[in-house]
Amino acid sequence: MVPEHTGSRATRIVGLLTLIGLVSVLVLGLVVTAPDEIQGDAARLIYVHVPVAIVMNVGFFVTALGSAMWLWKKSRWWDTIAVASAEIGVVFTALALATGMVWGRPTWGVYWTWDARLTSTALLLLLYLGYLVVRRLPSDAEVRNRRSAFVALLAFVDVPIVYYSVSWWRSLHQTATLSINTHIHGLMLFTLMLSMVVFLLAYAWMLTHRFRLAWLEEETESQGLEVAISERRAEAGVS
Amino acid sequence: MFHDAVVIAGKDLRLEWRSRVTTNQIAPFALLVLILFAFALDPDRGILTRATAGLFWVAVLFSGLLALQRTFAVEAADGNRDGLRLSGLDPAGIFLGKAGAIALELLVLEVVLGAGVIVMYGSTFRSWLLLVVTCVVATTGVAAAGSLYGVLAAGLRVRETLLPLLLLPILAPVLLGATRSFEAALAGVPSDGWPWVELLAAFAAIYVTFGVLAFGSLLEES
Repeated sequence: MVPEHTGSRATRIVGLLTLIGLVSVLVLGLVVTAPDEIQGDAARLIYVHVPVAIVMNVGFFVTALGSAMWLWKKSRWWDTIAVASAEIGVVFTALALATGMVWGRPTWGVYWTWDARLTSTALLLLLYLGYLVVRRLPSDAEVRNRRSAFVALLAFVDVPIVYYSVSWWRSLHQTATLSINTHIHGLMLFTLMLSMVVFLLAYAWMLTHRFRLAWLEEETESQGLEVAISERRAEAGVS
Repeated sequence: MFHDAVVIAGKDLRLEWRSRVTTNQIAPFALLVLILFAFALDPDRGILTRATAGLFWVAVLFSGLLALQRTFAVEAADGNRDGLRLSGLDPAGIFLGKAGAIALELLVLEVVLGAGVIVMYGSTFRSWLLLVVTCVVATTGVAAAGSLYGVLAAGLRVRETLLPLLLLPILAPVLLGATRSFEAALAGVPSDGWPWVELLAAFAAIYVTFGVLAFGSLLEES
């Protein structure tokens, strides 16, 4: 029988921990920690921006792993992991770009600069938007899985080339880019570390729910026809 | 594998030669793009000359997309895909043949565009060797990646809109590398261009290898 929701005891515990963690990061990040000497309050964005960027990387790595494993094992489990993780990865890429822009405006004076990391992250977002589009094209499950697995792997292979070429391109033109000060005060470091753990928990929570949802979607799809047939039969009074 | 590649490339090029789509439609389109750039930018202040490298490669990518759409639209019609699969040709050979034919068409386009920028933008090239090598290596990369995505999108109803979305971000490093290398060949120091050629070669090698290994299973789906 198909369950009615995607929650379970485990996800509820993870969800609760994430929530508590987010609140503590909020308090630590906004109230307890001191503002940065140079950047002032803008530096507080680091507690969100860096964890978001880490989740983005983890998300796309898991997508590539799931895609490669699907090609190898052909199991629906890996395919579902890949697509669930890609969706989260895309959302977090957009978040990483957005928080970066919010930070860039007061710090650099502009929302956007053609910095290597920014440019390659923007391309990353577009690459995986393409993946999600391919994913949604209607077709046979097997065909769709293979097609999207290849798109994910082709994109994944492209990521280091993009990053390398873009950073090379920029380094030829501008010598120094702004870097975040390397000495991080103890409490700030703790907040940052806590935030990373919390965001990874959030990722795990979302991934589990999205995975189960995608799984159920396919179940309903495959059961849909049978259900429709039996309903019509009942209508007509045929047993 | 190489024999099959020659057969497929021969077929595609013959098709192009007889239908004249590349010469009568895509090449004029490429020139049109060059003229549109002149409208969009100020042709009198030397902007066109300075931006030649970038404009050239953007024009190559856009017209290359048309060539790619075309070569896979040909395979999509009348169950040609099944024909290809049943032909008993090595899928790796089919990939190399398709990519080779596209690469040749693109090189012809690049000659036309090159003449276009020299005549219309007043650009002069310093290093012809770097120029030619960049064209060949970059084109190989574009053709290989393009063939992979071309076959992937070929059977789909949304292929015209999907192919650019998938392919252009992938080709971003090629555009970057080829443009920088061209800049070096145009007005800069040619030795600045060679590292970019290496990057382009690495890109081409990766996607050719990927294509040789994966094309068979991409061709199977429909």
